[in-house]
Amino acid sequence: MTKQVTLTIDGIQIDVPDETLVVDAAKKAGIDIPVFCYHPKMEPVGMCRMCLVEIGRPMINRSTGQPVLNEDGQPTMQFMPKPETACTNLVSEGMVVLTQSESAKEAQKDIIEFLLTSHPLDCPICDKGGECPLQNLTMEHGPGKSRFLFDGKFKMEKQIRLGELIVLDRERCIICARCVRFQEEVAGQAVLAIDDRGRGSEIISVSEPGFDSVFSGNTTDICPVGALTTTDFRFGARPWELLSAASICGQCPVGCNITFNTRREAKSAGKVVIKRVMPRQNEQVNETWICDKGRFAYHYAKSKERLSKPLLRKDDKLKTTSWSSATKLVAEKLGEAGKDTIVLASGRLSNEDLFNLKSLADGLGGKAVLYTEMGGGDLVTQIGVGQGTNFSDMGQGDAIFVIASDLYEEAPIWWLRVKQAADRGAKLIVANSRETKLDKFANFVVRYSNGDEVKTVQDLGGTGKIAQAFSKADNAIVLFGSDGLGLEGSTHLATACANLLEETGHIGKANNGLIGVWPKANDQGAWELGFHPEPDLAAILKGKAVYIVGADPANDNPALAKALKKAKFVVVQDLFRTATAELADVILPAQTYTERDGTFTSGERRAQRFYAAVPGLGESKPDYAITSEIAEKLNIQLEGTSSVLVFEKLAASVKDFAGLSYAKLAEVTEQWPIVGRGDLYYGGSTYENTQGLGVQLVSASDRGETVSIPKVRNDAGLRPKKDELLAVPITKLYDRGTTVAPTEFLTERIGDVTIALHPEAAKKLGVEAGKRVKISFEDVEGEAVVKIDETISAGVALVPRSMGLAIREPVVIKVQ
Amino acid sequence: MLKELGRGLITTFKMLLESPVTIQYPEEKRPVRPRFRGRHVLKRYDNGLEKCIGCSLCAAACPADAIFVESAENTDEERYAPGERYASTYEINMLRCIFCGFCEDACPTEAIVLGANYELTFTNRRDAIYTKDSLLEAVPSPELLTPQKVEPGEYTRSIPEMEDPKL
Ligand code: SF4
Ligand code: SF4
Ligand code: SF4
Ligand code: SF4
Ligand code: FES
Repeated sequence: MTKQVTLTIDGIQIDVPDETLVVDAAKKAGIDIPVFCYHPKMEPVGMCRMCLVEIGRPMINRSTGQPVLNEDGQPTMQFMPKPETACTNLVSEGMVVLTQSESAKEAQKDIIEFLLTSHPLDCPICDKGGECPLQNLTMEHGPGKSRFLFDGKFKMEKQIRLGELIVLDRERCIICARCVRFQEEVAGQAVLAIDDRGRGSEIISVSEPGFDSVFSGNTTDICPVGALTTTDFRFGARPWELLSAASICGQCPVGCNITFNTRREAKSAGKVVIKRVMPRQNEQVNETWICDKGRFAYHYAKSKERLSKPLLRKDDKLKTTSWSSATKLVAEKLGEAGKDTIVLASGRLSNEDLFNLKSLADGLGGKAVLYTEMGGGDLVTQIGVGQGTNFSDMGQGDAIFVIASDLYEEAPIWWLRVKQAADRGAKLIVANSRETKLDKFANFVVRYSNGDEVKTVQDLGGTGKIAQAFSKADNAIVLFGSDGLGLEGSTHLATACANLLEETGHIGKANNGLIGVWPKANDQGAWELGFHPEPDLAAILKGKAVYIVGADPANDNPALAKALKKAKFVVVQDLFRTATAELADVILPAQTYTERDGTFTSGERRAQRFYAAVPGLGESKPDYAITSEIAEKLNIQLEGTSSVLVFEKLAASVKDFAGLSYAKLAEVTEQWPIVGRGDLYYGGSTYENTQGLGVQLVSASDRGETVSIPKVRNDAGLRPKKDELLAVPITKLYDRGTTVAPTEFLTERIGDVTIALHPEAAKKLGVEAGKRVKISFEDVEGEAVVKIDETISAGVALVPRSMGLAIREPVVIKVQ
Repeated sequence: MLKELGRGLITTFKMLLESPVTIQYPEEKRPVRPRFRGRHVLKRYDNGLEKCIGCSLCAAACPADAIFVESAENTDEERYAPGERYASTYEINMLRCIFCGFCEDACPTEAIVLGANYELTFTNRRDAIYTKDSLLEAVPSPELLTPQKVEPGEYTRSIPEMEDPKL
């Protein structure tokens, strides 16, 4: 049991739990004790000695156990002869801490002077310069003058690529081991290490490829000097020249809070562009971290390939046109089609865009279709995780079940937080048809054959050991994905998961419920607003007027490309001139979410606001505005002048959004640890959240309403027959999708399109690892490089999505 | 009255015999003081490499926000300045500049120096923005032009070695 203790720091009295470190207690009292190696999210190590303070403890009379009083009746204080480290000492009752005493200040000054003896002091060219803990602490606590000779300075290598993304400057490194400890403790991937000893100590990467972690960018935020920099931002700008805009990462359903740093750029002809992406604290979503995809893959927004003007097909050629003539034609055609209109939108769009699109479809009597290959969102809208859910609150006594999802590749920050919950004692059950990186941290690993997903979930409702761990847990969350599954398979899986949760009573409370690991950032939002996928999309397109927004079906599926050719009228609204756009009668240029305001709904059903960071490109407009412009010509009244107004309307008409407003979403409460204020040395350069923590939607099960979950059909998924090879889709973090591939320096991480085979299958086919093979299925033909994976079954091959092979669901393939 | 007139004329005639204080600008130019602050020059080292390392400290110091710097990374194949960083864009807006010399003070490599040239003319606002090309010092011979191809490992430091403290 923790108990409160009272201590005095520099004359300020404060009550804190007895497991608090002195440095944290001081932070709570508003006193900044300088630190380098200590970080509030990691275990203290006491390596740098920067946090030296004087600590006095009341003298205790051993026989009575009472404090010894001095002549004034006050407890007698016992101070150690030398200052102590505030980051390794726990508080105790009656403690007195002096951070400003003569000896504490002297000690701090000496540590700075000593650190600088081997520091190059090349602040003018250092990317950290301006937001550097060492700079700041030198100014605050340093002696201002050195007694050491410059000749004695240590010279080390200045440009070591730890991987393609992170560069190390050994000279600047002060060996605080924050980076090493982050990888080990927080990310659970010990890919960095300290080599050699004493003054020769240096940070090395011990993985192949170098610095093999999708969290590597975070080390640049917590490095207290400019020793770690990203290849992306290196020399991009000085920190004080950057402007910032709060946003939400649009790369996956986690919805990490981020800050876009922008600046006018000569290379981009004087336009304001995004220079870097930084994490923004949200302890309920991403804490103080983001993954490398979120940090680096933003370059698509400033791609030269972006559409900037509306295009209209004339004499079979797409020619630029004006907005008014483009929207006029679209309105005319959609009006003619009426209920034969299909609005096909993806979860890349914001809630506002989707709401307007849905309203337009409804107004015309048409159909609003979600473009996705994963089902089950309608269940998540009912029994999604309860309000107040926070992975950080999960631990001993709780259970997390992850099925058919490779979280590390699909939603890295969930992976990190699930793993940490397991570290704290939550029972982690990982079920997949192959090995994933989460297995290592799981209490139970269930390996099923492809096609047995539903059965695996149903088994968890039984009486086995694993089933008990799940059903007896105080709180339980299920994360389901579409690893190895298509739309149909994932829908069945979701239903099975929903049944399981309902039967075990794990719904309608915080830290209980269902989470879909969606392929897109706002898929959940689309489901909330009434979008549904269509099982046989190709079949319904014929003769219809199709309004496609933020999706590229022609590229993903040759059958859809064919079907679109048979559609009566196709209008495509997108960022790029995609394969689908090439088939369109009208192309409307949309703005990226970095260019406008809006909201996303994360997989945990948290509605979060993002703000415009850069001006819109050319004549492009926000999606919701384009839709409302079309609607206006059809006499359907939608809001289009600002996203606030759209959201107001949305909140008034969608039940689970009731009572929400932009102002509500922008509310913040005090978060711990305190980061991003004046003292970057404490929490790193993660931004403080002043623009809103978002609000988790209240679901039907939260409100205690009865939810209707269909019974799962005991449907047998597709299984490989003898002598057949069944290819199943998997998701890769870095793929060739339009929001990743334009970032050129990720090419190496994106890599080649691969096909993973069991060694036996490879032997049978006469292929080996690294060989290029021809693959064909349905209308698709392509090539892939063979990878060997022993953890899959012999009749199954893994093919990554969005890598050039149009795989959507399990399918029998031929390999040559 | 006549007396006053006479006195005035005496001064006039005296002045006629003295040499004039005006000079025939632009044929003739007056030398400036050693600490005069005129048009900026971006200096080079003797080997032709640019002293400017693109650190933007001049821009940060500038009270008129007249300087815009954008930097990029040097390679040994294409080296502009010693060390890792150089200014890929360097602009001073002479219409904004108040010739205070703060940029010169801020520069860690003595790259930007306010020179003796006070003859700044332009006929439109765009031309008032002096780019790196026009600010950079001329080189005596073309092989000293930047970028240069250099031996690897030769120019690893951006800032010239510091002196030991005088004890
Ligand atoms: S690279 Fe940075 S974080 Fe890592 S040990 Fe060195 S100073 Fe610390
Ligand atoms: S985990 Fe997802 S939301 Fe977070 S930064 Fe990575 S891609 Fe973006
Ligand atoms: S002289 Fe003064 S005003 Fe002019 S560019 Fe330099 S710092 Fe700015
Ligand atoms: S002129 Fe000097 S201060 Fe300005 S960017 Fe170049 S090196 Fe830095
Ligand atoms: S020793 Fe306490 S912060 Fe490093």
